[in-house]
Amino acid sequence: MKTDVVIIGAGAVGCAIARELSKYHVKVTVVDKNEDVGGDASKSNSAIIHTGYDASPGTLESQLVVAANPMYDEIVKDLDVPFKRIGAILPAFTDEQFEQLPAIKEKAFKNHVYDVEYKSGAELLEMEPNLNPEVKGGLYIPRESIIDPFILVQAMAENAAANGAEFLLGAKVTDIKTENGKIKSVVTEKGEIETQYVINSAGLYCDEIAAMVGKADYKVVARKGQFYILDKNTSCQVNHIVLPIPTKITKGKLMCPTIHGNMLVGPTAEDQESKVDKSTTAEGLLSIEKDVRNLIPNVNLRDTITQYCGLRPNRNPEGLNFNMYDDLAGYINLSGVRSTGLTLSVAMGKYVVQQMLMHGAGFVLKDNFIKERKGIVKFSEQPLDVQDALIRENPLYGNVICRCETITEAEIMQAIHRPLGAKSVDAVKRRVRAGMGRCQGGFCGPKVIEILARELGCAPEEINKHNPGSYMVTGRSRD
Amino acid sequence: MYTMEYDVVVIGGGPAGLAAAVSAKEEGADKVLIIERDNALGGILQQCIHPGFGLTRFKEELTGPEYYSRFTKKVAELGVDVLLNAMVLEVNDEAKQVLCTNSEYGMVCVQAKSIVLSMGCRERTRANIVVPGTRPAGLYTAGSAQRLVNRQNIMVGKKVVILGSGDIGMIMARRMTLEGAEVVMVVELMDYLAGLTRNRVQCLDDFGIPLKLAHTITKIEGNERVTGVYVAPVDENKKPILEKEEYVPCDTVLFSVGLIPENELSKKAEIAISPVTNGPVVNQQMQTSKAGIFACGNVVHVNDLVDNVSAESETAGRFAARFAMGNLPSVVKEITCQTGRNVRYVCPQKISLSAENETVNLYFRVLTPEFGATLVAKCGDKELTRKKEIKVNPGEMCHLTVDTKDITGDLTVEVLKED
Repeated sequence: MKTDVVIIGAGAVGCAIARELSKYHVKVTVVDKNEDVGGDASKSNSAIIHTGYDASPGTLESQLVVAANPMYDEIVKDLDVPFKRIGAILPAFTDEQFEQLPAIKEKAFKNHVYDVEYKSGAELLEMEPNLNPEVKGGLYIPRESIIDPFILVQAMAENAAANGAEFLLGAKVTDIKTENGKIKSVVTEKGEIETQYVINSAGLYCDEIAAMVGKADYKVVARKGQFYILDKNTSCQVNHIVLPIPTKITKGKLMCPTIHGNMLVGPTAEDQESKVDKSTTAEGLLSIEKDVRNLIPNVNLRDTITQYCGLRPNRNPEGLNFNMYDDLAGYINLSGVRSTGLTLSVAMGKYVVQQMLMHGAGFVLKDNFIKERKGIVKFSEQPLDVQDALIRENPLYGNVICRCETITEAEIMQAIHRPLGAKSVDAVKRRVRAGMGRCQGGFCGPKVIEILARELGCAPEEINKHNPGSYMVTGRSRD
Repeated sequence: MYTMEYDVVVIGGGPAGLAAAVSAKEEGADKVLIIERDNALGGILQQCIHPGFGLTRFKEELTGPEYYSRFTKKVAELGVDVLLNAMVLEVNDEAKQVLCTNSEYGMVCVQAKSIVLSMGCRERTRANIVVPGTRPAGLYTAGSAQRLVNRQNIMVGKKVVILGSGDIGMIMARRMTLEGAEVVMVVELMDYLAGLTRNRVQCLDDFGIPLKLAHTITKIEGNERVTGVYVAPVDENKKPILEKEEYVPCDTVLFSVGLIPENELSKKAEIAISPVTNGPVVNQQMQTSKAGIFACGNVVHVNDLVDNVSAESETAGRFAARFAMGNLPSVVKEITCQTGRNVRYVCPQKISLSAENETVNLYFRVLTPEFGATLVAKCGDKELTRKKEIKVNPGEMCHLTVDTKDITGDLTVEVLKED
């Protein structure tokens, strides 16, 4: 295989870079060890698009987050990604917290986030009736937003693919070969790819990739974040992203709606050695309950429909880093892409490509770049007459498979058959939400396995939940 | 949009819906329709291929398919209409309209005179009960595993731990064993069985499957497929005793940790829901808080025996037909059924008294197991009926009947220690 640019890691950042590069006449290959795009940190996070009001002013991270936020208005329209600017509130409940507000506002100003507003306790309670009534006042950050993180990554990847980028999934990188201070090739489990450029956007594993070319002057520390998702019908809901005033140790645990109307509560922040241990713990979940009650006293965690855990790829020493090297032409290293990674991905895409151009890449813009990508039409969100027309046009729209989220067979078929389509149960879930509801796939799971096997032309026991080895069933019972 | 008109529209073609539709037709309703989301009638009984159904009603032991076939046969004979592959999205209680999808007709609006809700229930999941650990493949609710094994001919695993001693869990313990899997143990948080005693005997004891009462799963391990679970005994506050935790290797965990009535449609229609049963509040006619909307079966309260579901659903169907025909008896007085000693809930929650005398079935569950108990229904100091039981258990439904003519005011059901 031969290409111009290999991007290692098909998370939000890798896919954003791929999309940006696909605007140019250049051959791009994205490789990932996972079978689906957005397989690690990009799929298990708080799904918030930040403004950067609280970043460390002047850092690359702050600049990229602040630049990224306004870009979403256009991107979500072009790529058909569910997104809402619901705003965040930062309420103070104690005098000590209240006294921190001016400094937080000042920091936001330094980050060029000028629209942060002070709100009185009464105003905040009106905005958020379930807020702890002891609120003394706080800040309102109107452009903090929520997004469907799965769809964002898929949309960037699909659009990059539509513009010629290639994706080699389920292909773990085992080596990077260099020659005379230049990149030569990337060796994967699915073959060797000759290339001029390598962009390391491997997130949790970016230190291991960097070590392949001797550039690992840092370590990735996985910071575990556990979350609760609550039923759409839960009794106590919020309308905004409700954030705690951060302490010196932690940013704390928040509560917010998800773009699909569930409530999200969390996360914890626990540094750990393992990059694979994504287990929730009794202590972690208990700490979420305890902390979030300070914000929203009546939160009903008994209405939980799932709990999950994500690993943020924190860097030691800390901070977002972009590196190019004089002694290794063609190699670009990204590290410290942590909890702000989803937000800043779109700005990082532009930043990386601009840096490449300024360092002599000489890529030429295409005049036929396809800017738009259309998502799968969601039956449940259509008015009655459109639903009726959809079924008449494609009867599979009349066959509801996931009853909790009203997801039809037509949507599942599209999830499987579109470019970079779903090959696993989780990949279907992350594209059309089948199994994402209150029964967590209890009813639709068996049907999804059947549909996947039928459409992919394989036996049910070959269907995985996510990656190889996560087989859903073991075989026929009896014939 | 396609429109239809019916006297009685039944939502759900499981055992409850079938019995309601048949009795509505027998009562004299002219046009009766069952709307079913599956491609066949029978509901969850289609996957219940084991025997044990019908002992009360038919005095013989039937499998699930045999049981519902007796009703589907009547449905066909009586000319009840059936709309399969149709998912109801909305019930409009004021206009008595039911909106559903159907591959053949598109969106369908069914105009009804009365409506019977019989959507059944769903299973509580691993996430509902918050079992910590990873999220690998190999975690199933007992019912979805049962569907895969019995309807799709697919085995879900080879070495199984089952959490929860509900009936489906125990039945699946036997089923998995018969299909060649090793069932390592059934783990139950409470210190008593959640399901029927006969299922413990026939499904666990007879196969030598250990039942660990007062134990729980404290952690699930495995990144791709389940590799094992930690099991620990619990103290009197149900907190795991971690020092006694043991690791149990397995590739599959089945959860049989309770059922939840599926009332999303009822809630959307703003029908009053009982916080105890999680089902609609009903009177003895199985009428909900909305006039002309009836409910029956597991959507109202989770039953242990389908025989009870059929009986209760026939009541719903009969009165739904009478409502549609405009001859529901006029209510003179409404009384409530209250819970007394060791009673968790009583269904129905209300009784509408009229000039007609009716025999009312009171179904109820106890809070804690008790030996030598007397079941009593009374109005104030006036005892209406009493029945002795050797043993009562939260997993098994208790039953009393009273005549409305004897009711003088609010009714209390209680379980007394034998004197």
